[in-house]
Amino acid sequence: MPWIDACATDDVDEEDVIRWDHGDATFAIYRSMDGAFFCTDGLCTHEQVHLADGLVMDNEIECPKHNGLFDYRTGKALRAPVCVNLGTYETKIENGRVFVELSE
Amino acid sequence: MADVVGHSSLERDYSLTGTRSRHAVEVGLAAAEWYHSDVPRKTLKALMKRRDGPAIRDTFIWIALHFVLGAGGIYFWGTWFSVPFWFAYGVVYGSACDSRWHECGHGTAFRTRWMNDVVYHIASFQIMRNPVNWRWSHARHHTDTIIVGRDPEIAWMHPINLVLKALAFVGIYDTWQSLKVLFRNAFGELSDDEREYIPVSEWNRAHFWARIHVAIYMVVLVSVIAMLVSGSGWASLIPVLLIGGPRVYGCWHFVMTGLLQHGGLAEDVIDHRLNSRSLYMNPVSRWLYWNMNYHVEHHMFPMVPYYSLPALHEELKDDLPSPNTSIWDAYREMMGAVMKQRNDPTYAIRKELPPTAKPYKEDLHLSVPERKD
Repeated sequence: MPWIDACATDDVDEEDVIRWDHGDATFAIYRSMDGAFFCTDGLCTHEQVHLADGLVMDNEIECPKHNGLFDYRTGKALRAPVCVNLGTYETKIENGRVFVELSE
Repeated sequence: MADVVGHSSLERDYSLTGTRSRHAVEVGLAAAEWYHSDVPRKTLKALMKRRDGPAIRDTFIWIALHFVLGAGGIYFWGTWFSVPFWFAYGVVYGSACDSRWHECGHGTAFRTRWMNDVVYHIASFQIMRNPVNWRWSHARHHTDTIIVGRDPEIAWMHPINLVLKALAFVGIYDTWQSLKVLFRNAFGELSDDEREYIPVSEWNRAHFWARIHVAIYMVVLVSVIAMLVSGSGWASLIPVLLIGGPRVYGCWHFVMTGLLQHGGLAEDVIDHRLNSRSLYMNPVSRWLYWNMNYHVEHHMFPMVPYYSLPALHEELKDDLPSPNTSIWDAYREMMGAVMKQRNDPTYAIRKELPPTAKPYKEDLHLSVPERKD
């Protein structure tokens, strides 16, 4: 399981999210209020909408199109119209960079 | 304004399982990439920020008005003084519930989730909408706004029946239709369209909430009958004037504002500036409507709460057509277009954009059969 250098820690504001594309896939990288980093699939499981355009509030990401809600730490779907959980990925910080663990 | 050239039969297949639905999917009009005005991320974040305060204040006033106006109507029962109380109670119940249903359905009114859910269920009951069905229909409305065969919430379907539209202001026909749906759902049935946009996992919840709504209406009906039997006379109407009835006699304001959202504008486009209308309106209507007069702005950025829509409007206005100046101005524009659409459904208002705006996003528009002529 390789660790991929995704972005600098400074690229993501506190309580915010950015889009990160890698290969054919797209991801969302979050920074919580306490400075922890998380990574999920980049597209909402309801429709193909980039979550990076949504609102991060507490530990949740709200889809910008239909206001579906996920816990970005676990990927759990919390509010309709989302019913399917998001995929999540391990992250680690090294030398001011965010690394994401992806399967080969 | 300009006409869209073309002509076709007046009939459209608005069902979600028909030929137009399949066509919309095939040509890419379904779940399309819509035009969005550019807003810096930091600005948008600030506009999206949620607070409980404004909606708690407005909900407190809203609930208090129910009690004060309802009590006034009962206190003055039998005199003409009760009429203005019932008139106002009707609007507070039967019209303000639409915007509360809408905003809490989006989950944007309150920061605290359970508050959104509680008000959503109260408002859904008041407006006689199954809270499960309509959550999903509204999600589809935002995905495929006024796309024929995809959007289950198109108010102005061709051919336009002006008699039904006029009747909507007194709510009788719409209420009857809503009750039929609730009873059908309560008996465990969903229509083909409902099965199309509601996931199977939600069907039982749809039946459950319909049964709750129907049960409450049954209690109201039994109360009316009991009062009649006990010799209360015309006062037996009070339970239905308080619960259920306002959906008929107080709905006019939400119908008036709701018909303006997309009326006279284009079907089958992927730019909300072409199919939605923003307008300025008086502060009372804006309070009842929770600022949904900024409708283009809402469709472009549905995660912005109602209390931030005026600020969003300021941010976007250089990229949007000028809003109509009043409800009257908007009706004059809309009805002019509607009268033309009765003979030519391809006609649509096309508003002039300010010089600062980006051009309309019109790719895919010629994929619509009526526009190929």
